[in-house]
Amino acid sequence: MSGHDAERTRTAACIPALTDELAAAGRLAGLRAEAVADVAALAARLTAAPNDIAAVVVDATSCSPADAMAACKLLRRLDPPFAPILVVVGMDQLDELSLRDELFDDFAVQSADPRELAARLRHVLVRTGSTAASSVVEHAELTVNLENYQAAVAGRALDLTYMEYELLRFFATNPGRVLTRETLLNRVWGYEYYGGARTVDVHVRRLRAKLGEEHAHLISTVRSVGYRFG
Amino acid sequence: MASVSEQQANYVLRVVEERRIRFVQLWFTDVLGRLKAFHVTPAELEDALEEGMTFDGSAIDGFSRVQEADVLAKPDLDTFQLLPWHAEGEGVARVFCDIATVDGAPFEGCPRNRLRRILDGAHDEGFTFFVAPELEFFYFDSLEPAGPPRPVDLGSYFDLGTDNVAGRLRRDTVRTLEEMGIPVEHAQHEDAPGQHEIDLRYTDALTMADTVMTVRHVVKELARQAGVAASFMPKPLAGVQGSGMHTHLSLWRDDTNAFVGDDDRYGLSPLAHQFIAGLLTHAKEITAITNQWVNSYKRLVPGNEAPVHVSWARNNRSALVRVPTVKRTKVTSTRLEYRAPDSAANPYLCFAVILAAGMAGIRGGYELPPEAAGNLFTHTEDSDLPMLPTSLKEAADTMAGSELLHETLGEHLVEWFLRNKRAEWAAYAETVTPFELDRYLPLL
Repeated sequence: MSGHDAERTRTAACIPALTDELAAAGRLAGLRAEAVADVAALAARLTAAPNDIAAVVVDATSCSPADAMAACKLLRRLDPPFAPILVVVGMDQLDELSLRDELFDDFAVQSADPRELAARLRHVLVRTGSTAASSVVEHAELTVNLENYQAAVAGRALDLTYMEYELLRFFATNPGRVLTRETLLNRVWGYEYYGGARTVDVHVRRLRAKLGEEHAHLISTVRSVGYRFG
Repeated sequence: MASVSEQQANYVLRVVEERRIRFVQLWFTDVLGRLKAFHVTPAELEDALEEGMTFDGSAIDGFSRVQEADVLAKPDLDTFQLLPWHAEGEGVARVFCDIATVDGAPFEGCPRNRLRRILDGAHDEGFTFFVAPELEFFYFDSLEPAGPPRPVDLGSYFDLGTDNVAGRLRRDTVRTLEEMGIPVEHAQHEDAPGQHEIDLRYTDALTMADTVMTVRHVVKELARQAGVAASFMPKPLAGVQGSGMHTHLSLWRDDTNAFVGDDDRYGLSPLAHQFIAGLLTHAKEITAITNQWVNSYKRLVPGNEAPVHVSWARNNRSALVRVPTVKRTKVTSTRLEYRAPDSAANPYLCFAVILAAGMAGIRGGYELPPEAAGNLFTHTEDSDLPMLPTSLKEAADTMAGSELLHETLGEHLVEWFLRNKRAEWAAYAETVTPFELDRYLPLL
């Protein structure tokens, strides 16, 4: 075998831009690295040629970490959610990754050698296979289907508002962790949100009301800190 | 990149599909606080979400203007919610709307816009306003206005009433509200026969105004389905207490309750003092909004647990502004209770004027008058405390002269409201009542 046939080489889409390191990493991983400006452009590519994009690299050092995370979020919201996603961050941006594990499949620090980047790309390709990441999160009697936005508890559909759904999804993908109100505000409501932590309390109460008395305990209050799911 | 509102729109459209929604009701509120709705099909929804829906507002109370009959209903996607009493596969959802003029500007006659503007004003100064109302209402056999209505049960305050229709109905109602994401603090039988109360957990004032509209609708709808009738009329029966909407208020600065202080014996901050002073100073001016019907003033009479004087007191249920006792370990729940509003107020305008009155106290650095002592219910008119208006006419006249109300509600709303209320008073004034016939016919 003499490597990949040019026509069958799949693409590693680099959002928002292509660096020399990423181009080299792509080659080493057997992919053709290519710049794609944003998720909308990527979505168009996926529609035109569903199998062409093997992986997406979101480079937070070429935009802001907020934009990078927003891009990851949108990729996961595509139908079906896109995977695998490799995030490249600066050393000082590592904090941005915490509690966002569902948004990417692996990450590398900017200073990484192209050979490491390539190894990580190969790893996520193998691990996620050619299919999308699991789109259903289950915990006890709760299921959250990330693909069609439907949540159910003990088989009963929950009718959630958008923010309630986002909050529940975040809880369900981070079970067992103590989540402060600050964290929840940042991660669920996002950067542009200016309200106070009371908003979190209000939404948690609404979610508990919808879960019903029997399942309200799925979200427990951690006194003077925040909340824990599961 | 998709904005949050686009993501929300996608979410809503997907839910409509997944949950097989047949109709979406676009809800909005007229100036008098009555729920209005029109229906769109899922096919029309996408356009409605993007551009709003145009409709002829001239038939809506307080919306009419000769030169601009058409207005635009713009759905607020945060409020998209399924109505749980519709059958699976026959789903109906509702979404609250803001009303805009056809060129997209906020419409002056829309109470929801108005409240949002007042909340934004407080927010610019760093404050978020939280409210928790207690809604009282009656279950009657029917609402046919022939003679006094008959309560469906003859229970009274805190009765267990495990097997009566009204008790079951109230529990079903609470369960339905919870399913809709409306947390209920508690619900109970109230003092009068057939009277019930649902206390809501605090939330931001805009969401709460939407919630009050929803609760009134759900209470009435479920009562109708059970073959009885619910009414939020302020004073449907003479001789027993009326239906109030005592409203608990707190003001937050970032994550701190701005009413909490340690320099007075009630645990109130100087800012809380100014807020109370604002409420008291402007109480008479805002009464036309908090108590907007001729009938509202039959509730605000001595002896039936409704305030009649402009006063404040700690933990005294006869005061207009009450400072509830808070556990030492729960100072964050420090709050004030404003006891004048009734269950038939327009919650958007009601919360807007209450906040405006309190904020006027803060902005103007008002002095807090001394606390009222004793049971004010037994006080009569010769008390030296100022009185709340005793009629809709007096309330409307006071409102007409209030700079604060003109500023808070805007000319369009004030002008329309006063015209409507004066017409209501005129119609009432020329009515010959059963009281007069009973008393005078045999005598005069």
